[in-house]
Amino acid sequence: MADQGFDVAYVAKLARLCLSEEEARLFQAQLADVFAHVDKLREVDVSGVEAAAHVVPLFNVYREDETRPWFTPEGALENAPRQANGLFIVPKVVE
Amino acid sequence: MTPRDLPALTVAELQAMLRRREVSPREVLTALHERIAEVDPRVGAYLSRDLRDALRRAERADVSLSLGGVPVAIKDNINVAGQPCTCASKILGNYRATYDATVITKLVAAGAIPFGKTNLDEFAMGSSTENSSLGTTFNPWDLQRVAGGSSGGSAAAVAADEAFAALGSDTGGSVRQPAALTGIVGLKPTYGRVSRFGVTAFASSLDQVGPLTKNVRDCALMMNALSGGDVQDSTSLHLPATDHTAQLGHDVRGLRLGIAKEHSRPGVDPEVQRLVRAAVDHFASLGAEIVEVSLPQTEYAVAVYYVLATAEASANLARFDGIRYGHRTGNPRDLLDLYQRSRAEGFGPEVKRRIILGTYVLSSGYYDAYYSTALKIRELIRRDFVRVFEQVDALISPTSPIPAFKAGDLGSDPLQMYLADIFTIPANLAGICALSLPCGFAETSDGARLPVGLQLLGRALDEARLLQIGYAYEQSTGWHMQRPPLAHR
Repeated sequence: MADQGFDVAYVAKLARLCLSEEEARLFQAQLADVFAHVDKLREVDVSGVEAAAHVVPLFNVYREDETRPWFTPEGALENAPRQANGLFIVPKVVE
Repeated sequence: MTPRDLPALTVAELQAMLRRREVSPREVLTALHERIAEVDPRVGAYLSRDLRDALRRAERADVSLSLGGVPVAIKDNINVAGQPCTCASKILGNYRATYDATVITKLVAAGAIPFGKTNLDEFAMGSSTENSSLGTTFNPWDLQRVAGGSSGGSAAAVAADEAFAALGSDTGGSVRQPAALTGIVGLKPTYGRVSRFGVTAFASSLDQVGPLTKNVRDCALMMNALSGGDVQDSTSLHLPATDHTAQLGHDVRGLRLGIAKEHSRPGVDPEVQRLVRAAVDHFASLGAEIVEVSLPQTEYAVAVYYVLATAEASANLARFDGIRYGHRTGNPRDLLDLYQRSRAEGFGPEVKRRIILGTYVLSSGYYDAYYSTALKIRELIRRDFVRVFEQVDALISPTSPIPAFKAGDLGSDPLQMYLADIFTIPANLAGICALSLPCGFAETSDGARLPVGLQLLGRALDEARLLQIGYAYEQSTGWHMQRPPLAHR
C-alpha cells in the first residue's frame, strides 16, 4: 500500500531536511507503522462528501486597509542570524 | 494568611484579595517567585521567567480589573514582546518575541501579568512534553511520570501551585490531556473563539489557545478575558461578548448528557473506565438524563488528524529556514545547503517525523489518497457531532485513556503515543469546544495515586454550558480541592 511508495530520503529532500542515515532508517520504519494505521481511511465511503478545509463557516473576511503601528526595520532584524546595513545577509544565489 | 500560602490560591480568591488591597501585586509575584524557586527544580515547568519585567508590570497593575494583578504563566509558543519564544525548539533557542500575541494583549487589558514561559513538546507536537528539546517536565503527583502534553509545563505549573493559571494551546488535546494528567481544569474553546495571532502555528485549522486553571470558575474568568474577534486573525469570530461565568451555579437537572458507544473501546485503563462511569452516575444523581449516542467515525479520527495536522505543520514550519530568524547553520555551501542543514540541526526528531509525514501526504500522487480523503472524513466527523448535539446538550468521555505514564515509557513508539489522543482529537476536527476536569484518582498496580480527567464536549460556541455542567460536577464532588503531595520545604 502506501509505504511502498514512501521513500523517506526523497520526501526529506522535498521538505528541505537532511537526515542522517540512522534517522532515515528509523523514520522509514516508524512512519510505515503510521501509514498502516492511516490506510484505514480507505475503508470510508466518501463519495459525494465535500472536503471542508474549515469547520466554522467563514466567507470573504475583509478588513479596512489601514496603516497600523508595526515593526521598525530594526525590530524586524532583531532576530536575524546575520544582518548588515538594515538587510538580511544570505548566501549568494545568482552568479 | 502568610506569603507562603498565596500560591495555593485560585485566581478568583487571589483577585478578591488584590481588589481589597489585602495583598499587593508585588507581594504576590514575590511569593510566587519563591514557590517556583522551591519546587521547579523538581517539576521543570518553566523554560524562562523575567521577574523584573513582571514587577514592572505589577507597579502599573489595575487591581480593579477582572484579572487585575494576577500573574499568568504562558506556554512558550505564545509571543510575549521582549521575552523568549522558543517553542521548546533549538531552532528558536535564541529567539525573542518582537510583539505580543493577541491573547497576551487581552490578558494584559484585563489586568493580568504575564509571568514565565512554560515548557512544551517541541512546536506543541506531542502528548508528554518529552519532545521538548530544552528540558523535561515532571508530574507534580508523581515526579517519575510525565505531566502530559503538549502544554505539560503550563499544566504542571498550575498543579504544583507554581502558577495561578496558565495559557496553553490545543491542536489535538494539548490543553485538555495535560490538565487531565495533572488534576486540573483545561478548556479547548470553539475554533475561532480565541485569536491565534502571535501563537506559533502548528496546524492552523485545528489550533486554539485555552486556559489551564485550578477550577472551573477560574476557567470561565480566563475565557472572559481571552475570547473575542481579532482583525489580525481572519478565522476568529466576531461575536458579542459572552459572560462565561453567567451560568455557573445553575443546576444540571433535565440536561441531556450523551455517552458515545464508540467510546467504550479497548485500550482504556480500567481505573479510567471506573471513574468515568462513576462520573456518569453522579450526573444522573444530579438530575441529568443520560443518553447513549453514536459517533460512527470515531475510529478514523486519529488517522484523519495525523494526515491533516502534519500536512498543515509541514507548510507552517517551512518558515523556519534560517534566513530571517532562528538557527542558521555555519558555513553553508549554498542556499539549499543552508536550508537543509539549518532545519536538520534545529528541529528535533518528532518535528522531523511530522514534517516528513505531512510533506508526503501533500506530495504529488498522494494528495488525493490522503489529504483530500482526510478532509472529507473530517466533514463526516463534524456531521456526527452536529447530529448528536440535536439529541444531547453535551457529551461525556474520558479525556485520556490512561493516567500519567512514566517518563520514557511511550517515547520510542510514536503510533502508540498518537493513539492515546483518541478522545481529544475529534473536538479539534469538528471545531467544537471541550472541557477537561478532574474526576478522581486512579490507583496503579505499583501504588501510585494519579488524577484522571473527565471530558465534556459541547456544541460550537457553547462554552458557557460546558462550564455550567463542569461547575455543578466540581462543586458536588470536590475532586479539584485535592492537591499534589509536593511538600513545601
